[in-house]
Amino acid sequence: MVKPNLLKDIINIWGCTGLSGIDSTEYGFRIGALSTWTEVRQATALPPALIECAATVGAQQIQNRGTVGGNIVNGSPAGDSLPMWLVLDAEFEVASTRGVRRIPASEFWTGYRKNAMVDDELLVAVHIQPKSTDILHYRKVGTRMAQSISKVVLGARLRIADGRPIEARFAMGSIAATPVRLPTVEAAVLAGEGADAATHMAQDITPLDDIRSTSGYRLNVATRVVRSFLEQYLGA
Amino acid sequence: MNPVGIDIPRADGPSKVRGDAQYVDDIRPAGCLYGATVRSPIAHGKLLGIQKDPDFDWSDITVVTCLDIPAQNVVLLMTEDQPALADGVVRHVEEPVALVAASSPARARAAVAHIKVLVEALPAVLDPLTAQNNPIQIFGTDNVFKQISIHKGDKTDDGVIVEGTYTVGHQEQLYIEPQGMIAVPRADDGLTLIGSMQCPFYIVKAIAPMLGHGRINVIQATTGGGFGGKEEYPSMLAAHCALLSIKTGAPVKMIYQRDEDLRATTKRHPSVIKIRSVVSPQGELLQWDAEIIMDGGAYNTLTPVVLSRALLHLCGPYRCPRQHLEGVAVATHTPPNGAFRGFGAPQAMYAVERHMDAIARTIGMDPVAFRRLNLIRDGDTTPTGQALVDTGAHLVLDVALKAAEAEVKTPAIHPGGGVGRYARGRGVALVFHGCGFTGNGEARIKGKVAVELQDRCVQILTASTDIGQGVDTTFPQIAAAALGIGVSRVSNAPHDTAMVPDSGPTVASPTCMVVGGVLRTAALKLKAALQAETGLDTDDFDTLLDARTHTMALRVMAEYQDDGSMDWDDATYSGDAYPCYGWACSVVDLDVDLDTGEVLYRRYVSATDVGKAINPVIVEGQLEGGAIQGLGYATCEEVVLDDQGRMINDRLTNYIIPTTLDAPEMITRIIEIPYSGGPFGAKGIGEIPMDGPAPAVASAIEAAVGVVLNRLPMTPERVLSALEIKERS
Repeated sequence: MVKPNLLKDIINIWGCTGLSGIDSTEYGFRIGALSTWTEVRQATALPPALIECAATVGAQQIQNRGTVGGNIVNGSPAGDSLPMWLVLDAEFEVASTRGVRRIPASEFWTGYRKNAMVDDELLVAVHIQPKSTDILHYRKVGTRMAQSISKVVLGARLRIADGRPIEARFAMGSIAATPVRLPTVEAAVLAGEGADAATHMAQDITPLDDIRSTSGYRLNVATRVVRSFLEQYLGA
Repeated sequence: MNPVGIDIPRADGPSKVRGDAQYVDDIRPAGCLYGATVRSPIAHGKLLGIQKDPDFDWSDITVVTCLDIPAQNVVLLMTEDQPALADGVVRHVEEPVALVAASSPARARAAVAHIKVLVEALPAVLDPLTAQNNPIQIFGTDNVFKQISIHKGDKTDDGVIVEGTYTVGHQEQLYIEPQGMIAVPRADDGLTLIGSMQCPFYIVKAIAPMLGHGRINVIQATTGGGFGGKEEYPSMLAAHCALLSIKTGAPVKMIYQRDEDLRATTKRHPSVIKIRSVVSPQGELLQWDAEIIMDGGAYNTLTPVVLSRALLHLCGPYRCPRQHLEGVAVATHTPPNGAFRGFGAPQAMYAVERHMDAIARTIGMDPVAFRRLNLIRDGDTTPTGQALVDTGAHLVLDVALKAAEAEVKTPAIHPGGGVGRYARGRGVALVFHGCGFTGNGEARIKGKVAVELQDRCVQILTASTDIGQGVDTTFPQIAAAALGIGVSRVSNAPHDTAMVPDSGPTVASPTCMVVGGVLRTAALKLKAALQAETGLDTDDFDTLLDARTHTMALRVMAEYQDDGSMDWDDATYSGDAYPCYGWACSVVDLDVDLDTGEVLYRRYVSATDVGKAINPVIVEGQLEGGAIQGLGYATCEEVVLDDQGRMINDRLTNYIIPTTLDAPEMITRIIEIPYSGGPFGAKGIGEIPMDGPAPAVASAIEAAVGVVLNRLPMTPERVLSALEIKERS
């Protein structure tokens, strides 16, 4: 990658107030790309799990300056919010001189720090349609309470009707080049395996050893945090 | 009003809050050049030379190698083994090989990137357990820096035998301000060194042999923390700045980047400790055999003294008729380890307290009751045969447990919005800490303190630096109390070795206790001198000043007086190891996350005997800061090395220390059992708060989830792995 020239190649969009703000829409929410994590934390209408996610980004100082759009476009596999957008079926509104289009979160991250936007496109907003009937859950495993880079980060969404799960979304970060969904676990939940669905984790993720943790720990933790969540809502 | 025992606001506070305190990087001599270091890429090898990239513009770059050293290639400390720049051989990764100076830090770093170190790799010894007598020689003929044996009593096997092995890793001091130094040429062909440091006179002694002369003065700049990490390492930086300054004829500044500082500078010594104990079925300690193997890294630095302190604490604050302690510090091809708050004691106390838990578990006794039964009391002897007086183990234990009866105020914040499984536990650890230098250390150092009357104010001249522990505030309190004047009329003079007497290094927690005592003597001498000058015998300082016929400055000096009360034999390691001891008890409440193995601290209670709190809020700051550093040592601070012994988690995102949000509620009880030799009874307190947290946390984890962890740090990875093993069995 060519190193950008800070004077020529980078445009500061911090002052573009039109890109920030969290608004209720007919279906849900439009979160401006420049909304800071502090603004997300203060937007009490948003789902509590998303607010909790915002509270784990860096620390207070970073939350004051770091933005939703920055986290998404930076696309670090450890990006704290990315699994949440996947389980929320978020859509990313991107704009260029050719107009505006929406990219589903599931198609956005195409590789390590790569995304589906083309060079002249800008992420302007995130659209989510959370259902009040859904259980939304967020869990970051990062060793300390602030300024931590996740070892595993989980987003989960569960819809239960008549005591049975009818929709299940699980996504994880820090365990592959991009945040990933957990299709086998999801299918097992829908098939009625309950908390034991978490035992299929190894079919969905193959975490690596790195300087922050080990593959074994990541697989264990991934399994256990999903199991705990399922036990809470589906019983042991 | 007597200022001792009062929370006088910190003397250094306003300038630090305003941002105008002058740290070394704020000091910019005219024409200053910037230095950077070329380092060894491997653990051990034959150094063939360096190769400069011919495509790089070297016109404005100065390069220094060992060939430029004016006299002896050594940074002198206890021994002469550590070179300023490697010559012919590299003995650890990141060992300094060459230096560059350029007009900017970025340019200097660019030059370093264009120098290749030519080395021929040799087999390296990285494991301390295989270092002793390894055919690959690092230090001496046997790779042993120091070996110590202490024996008290005979041997018995008549009782319940409990054995355990305890392993502790490196820990980084993590001062906020990285290492930094400036060398400025003097008109007399000498050098002035200004830097971030604990011990200005160490640097004078360390680099004089390299320069071949003593025309050096060293000035401490405002220092952003040390924790031992700025005890010996600044001498290396001073040597490098001096070499670059001599070659360029200009002032040269070197400021380490954080990653370089983490990779290259000293750490707490990793250690492996084995304990075998014999107890009666009723729980009385009958015999205590302990051995420690300590990894010193590639050079001696202060390792023998660290080993000594570790061994002298390897029995804990417990009575036992038979104590047999063995210690060996070995050399490995890793960056040298060095001074760090606690200086060997935290390693020892972790092992001792873990072992006490192991015995209690084995004989089925409550761990606190077992400790209480074996507490060392007045008249009991230590392994070196020192008969103790004014012991405080029972008192700190009682006070801490009583304080811990209060309900935990702060609710535990569990990540995951309350979803998850947690287990709650409490752990107790009891520690002691020898105050000041070992044995006859003070008598050998003979610290000197001067006080000078200037107009109606008094200046204190010492080499005892304020590294955050508050000596710029507490020294004026001690002197003002002795003189009977307001503390605002007394201040510490800047620490310039050309101006101040050598009061000893700022290490091992004796600054207040020992140097403060000499200071009190000096202040009383000043008053006596004024009484003699004026012929008045009043104690009122202002009356004495009013009676003077002139306003000339008046300086008096006092020196540490050995009162002969310490009976210590360094050859046999017997007698009075320390002039006095501090006592502390930690009670930690925590939750273990059963899904992640993470430890969430809920509350930390401590009771610590400090002798006398000269400035209680500063003492509390020391105790609580030390506790958090100890909690980091317990669960998250882990130095990860690659196959060359290089620290690979060399940034603050990966070397995890606790943040403010990780710090639990704290109850900090100060106990004052006065030490007759300290000013107003004060003991050393800088290090003891580091000793208790790790074993208390281990004990609390065991209470919460029933797994026994005998290795530091107790990372989530290790906790979860132990949990999984327990669940499977």
